[in-house]
Amino acid sequence: MAECSGIDSNPSSHTMDKSITLPPDEIFRNLENAKRFAIDIGTWELKTFGIIAASDKLYEISVQEEVTARLHFIKFENAYIETCLDFIKDHLVNTETKVIKATGGGAHKFKELIERKLGLKVDKEDEMTCLIKGCNFVLKNIPHEAFVYAKHADSEFRFQTTNPDIFPYLLVNIGSGVSIVKVEAEDKFERIGGSSIGGGTFWGLGALLTKTKRFDELLQLASKGQHTNVDMLVKDIYGGSYGCLGLTGDLIASSFGKSATADKEFSKEDMAKSLLHMISNDIGQLACLYAKLHNLSRVYFGGFFIRGHPVTMHTITYSINFFTKGEVQALFLRHEGYLGAIGAFLKGAEEDNPNQYSWGENYAGSSGLMSVSPDMNPMQRARSGTFDMLEMDRLERQLVNLPLLQDPSSYIPDTVDLTEDALAREYWLYCFEEALDGVVKRAVASQPDMLEAALRAEKFRQKYRHKLQTLRHQPFAYGSLTVRSLLDTREHCLNEFNFPDPYSKIKQRENDVALKYYQKAVKSLEELSWEERQFALVRGVLAGNVFDWGAKAVSDKCLIPLCAQTDCVVFLSERPWLVDSYNQWLERMKGPPHKCALFFVDNSGVDIILGVMPFVRELLSRGTEVVLASNSGPALNDVTNGELQILTERIAAMDPVIQAGLRDDRLMLVQSGSSSPCLDLSRLDKVLAMVVRERQTDLVIIEGMGRAIHTNYYAMLSCESLKMAVIKNSWLADRLGGKLFSVVFKYEVPAGKPSQDCETSTPS
Amino acid sequence: MKLLTITTLRHHLHLSPLSPSFPWFGMDIGGTLVKLVYFEPKDITAEEEQEEVENLKSIRRYLTSNTAYGKTGIRDVHLQLQDLTLCGRTGNLHFIRFPTHDLPAFLQMGRNKHFSSLHTTLCATGGGAYKFESDFRTMADLQLHKLDELDCLIRGVLYIDSVVSSGPSECYYFENPTEPDRCVQKPYTLENPYPLLLVNIGSGVSILAVYSENNYKRVTGTSLGGGTFLGLCCLLTGCSTFEEALEMASLGESTRVDKLVRDIYGGDYERFGLPGWAVASSFGNMMSKEKRESVSKEDLARATLVTITNNIGSITRMCALNENIERVVFVGNFLRVNTLSMKLLAYAMDYWSKGQLKALFLRHEGYFGAVGALLELLHPS
Repeated sequence: MAECSGIDSNPSSHTMDKSITLPPDEIFRNLENAKRFAIDIGTWELKTFGIIAASDKLYEISVQEEVTARLHFIKFENAYIETCLDFIKDHLVNTETKVIKATGGGAHKFKELIERKLGLKVDKEDEMTCLIKGCNFVLKNIPHEAFVYAKHADSEFRFQTTNPDIFPYLLVNIGSGVSIVKVEAEDKFERIGGSSIGGGTFWGLGALLTKTKRFDELLQLASKGQHTNVDMLVKDIYGGSYGCLGLTGDLIASSFGKSATADKEFSKEDMAKSLLHMISNDIGQLACLYAKLHNLSRVYFGGFFIRGHPVTMHTITYSINFFTKGEVQALFLRHEGYLGAIGAFLKGAEEDNPNQYSWGENYAGSSGLMSVSPDMNPMQRARSGTFDMLEMDRLERQLVNLPLLQDPSSYIPDTVDLTEDALAREYWLYCFEEALDGVVKRAVASQPDMLEAALRAEKFRQKYRHKLQTLRHQPFAYGSLTVRSLLDTREHCLNEFNFPDPYSKIKQRENDVALKYYQKAVKSLEELSWEERQFALVRGVLAGNVFDWGAKAVSDKCLIPLCAQTDCVVFLSERPWLVDSYNQWLERMKGPPHKCALFFVDNSGVDIILGVMPFVRELLSRGTEVVLASNSGPALNDVTNGELQILTERIAAMDPVIQAGLRDDRLMLVQSGSSSPCLDLSRLDKVLAMVVRERQTDLVIIEGMGRAIHTNYYAMLSCESLKMAVIKNSWLADRLGGKLFSVVFKYEVPAGKPSQDCETSTPS
Repeated sequence: MKLLTITTLRHHLHLSPLSPSFPWFGMDIGGTLVKLVYFEPKDITAEEEQEEVENLKSIRRYLTSNTAYGKTGIRDVHLQLQDLTLCGRTGNLHFIRFPTHDLPAFLQMGRNKHFSSLHTTLCATGGGAYKFESDFRTMADLQLHKLDELDCLIRGVLYIDSVVSSGPSECYYFENPTEPDRCVQKPYTLENPYPLLLVNIGSGVSILAVYSENNYKRVTGTSLGGGTFLGLCCLLTGCSTFEEALEMASLGESTRVDKLVRDIYGGDYERFGLPGWAVASSFGNMMSKEKRESVSKEDLARATLVTITNNIGSITRMCALNENIERVVFVGNFLRVNTLSMKLLAYAMDYWSKGQLKALFLRHEGYFGAVGALLELLHPS
């Protein structure tokens, strides 16, 4: 990985401008491996960004030797372009192509400079085409990309759930002028209109009126002004009695109307505010007229006028609400500033078919959405003016929805939105910070032969702690903050510092121990009566799941003897459980077998071997096919697909039922496509979705806190589902109205399915 | 209460029960201008002449013998309609305007001329009818009959268009709007006017879709109107009147202020069918300090005019498309002596709709609301 490369070994030797606040090695990491680049250069003379996109291959992951393609996007002010180009030239050794794709209004201005500095041919790409390509890309690949801005709400940003179908939409790009583009498919878009009254009008006219030169300063002025001093409002014309006419008195009747009649001085702030309203309202109105004419309800706003500025997002949002009476929401994008560069890059990388893959935002490498409130974390704010980064990992598999989701468009893979729940946010941020020492220790321990492991682990600690701090100030930095995103961020950071699988040794050890008990466990289960066995199987899964080395409360008690059926059960609370639909489940088990069960498994060791496998065995014996879905890549002590293949083979050698299941293709192991301790049912391996469909899956089983509680507690499926977990976190148990080690056993039958009636008690 | 008084007066004056007592006024009090229409009866019988009270006579003489009132009041003589028959009476219709901020002076005049002694109803529309209602009462002892702005506007448009038969045509358009050298004003007959889009450009802009005399809706409006043009011109150039601003605009060059498509792309932006001469960013050149320093006040006035006018044009065009209407009538005082804007609108409608949309104009631009108010006095609906 890049950290092992020469770049960071001697940062002082670089020719980078001293004013660049981030160490260049961090910004341009992996540059030496970069395959190709693209650049998007804005035209704006002041405070503007150029963006470089580079894709590279990461290599050397100690265990699996995987190669991952990653996209790096870097945003910086045009002022730094020369030093950046120098740096790139010095470190760029591996590019295959001799062409750099460039887009943006500034592309022709810097063409000569780039060609001279890099010795590459600059290939200009159409700005709008790149923009749309980039927009499609982020909308498809980044969950929580789009958000609604609400200035006065508890959380300023309301992220939209990912809708798998992103088309059609309207993109309103507010640069110096406005372009309104209708996008109907990946390569089908049309500029249906526009307006000359845009960001350039605000800036140009604003500069004339207020003698303020900078765009940011104009926005600053505007945020302090009172437009009612300059604008003629309805109430100025109607006096006090507009109410009887059904008009709102505060409506602007004539922008700048007062400056036409009143012979007085107007303050800069008031004029800037009036101008901002005038332009935002006008753009909003036109956008609505176009949306109506083309019958589009999704309208995204971008361009330098919007780019993260709360003032303009607020006035545009207000305008859209006003003109559509709330029917259309103004949507903004987290990575709006990157669209052109992403698009240009994709144009250049067409031979690699980047669109046939799924991509995921790498939380470790991306700087996230910056705070937009000026009083919030000024340090972050300053940095965002210099460099900003986005990194996207190419996922080895294409991700799609689980076909069994009742309503994919309303599915949210998170039970609690920490962006909106301040109390929960505080707890979980604290919790993850507390756990950090342990994670660092385990990471070091996982690589005993590597001398610099301790150093890397320390870097990991700093990085993740910094992320937690950022999230404390800007919970919205990476979309909605959730336990899932916190866990994923930790995994990304661990990966970043070459700790892809800190639990690998522990997992192996635990698997070996648990395997020894397998036959004994199966035998004792077989001795039970049918009804006793059903209960013992469920308790087995639950007890096995308690053995989660990642959970804080359990790791202290991990010395408990390893027998799923007896000793561990002391952890489990007596029935009735916190959520208890066991009776309905038992009744169902008395009925006809399921056609096919999809089982999302959780931990290695006791959990998978002594809890899940006997349960699977029972299902197979009943005549139910079983699809075991496990992680594609490592996360905590979760069993990965690769490990599960080996484990299942070993169990099959001891157990004819499992062996027959494998042989007859009635037991299948598939990967989920995820490397997260959580489960997002809207981003699953395409193959898994295919298998689920082909086998007519009619039962989905999800076990463990991360998958059944944090993420899919409320997930509604179109077939029967069983969610099993032990609450191993006292705060969460408290939230759900139970105690530590409370059991959730949630068996659900979707409404309208005649087979069983099911009442699930839910926590209050 | 006042209406009752009229009935008794009518009785007293032995007038036809259909026609109210003189004087006949209609008033539209807007955000910037007060528009007043006055019907001067020319068929006064000797008997009536004798009965006509002195106050009424004096008002009639004052209004008809002057073309300017005080410092700011103006009678648009060229718009005057001769020998009009209204409510069985024949006479001339006069069109008078003055700035809304001079309304107190007007009220003072009404007081001096004992207007209230005439026991007439003053029909008024526009926001000012509401805002200044109490001023009319307290300062001039006048009771206003307040009327809906848009009702009056439509009534006025339809009426004026129907009564103007001689002289210059009320309705006109520009032939060959996309060829400046061949662009000429041509009369237009507004027979079967429906459906039509009526765009009233005053201080702000209202856009109405009219399907019949009584069936219309306000489609939308924009705050970027005549008030914005004048307001911005005052701030940018230091001028103080509409006429001054227009004069400057006529001398300026907006392309020095605006960033055109060709300034960015070197020519047409063919990918999207944008011609090089199209404005890409209004005031876009003003982002640069050097260019800010090199433009004249005239250039700025012209750019302001072009910006506001084009924006009205594009919102109008979108409304016409959404409402599926092909005829657009532009009215309002922003267009007064403003051929520049009218030609721009005619051009924009024609060019961007590829000839589908026709921009029509009416000679009595800003007076339709006031005319509608007068009609309400004569034929209460």
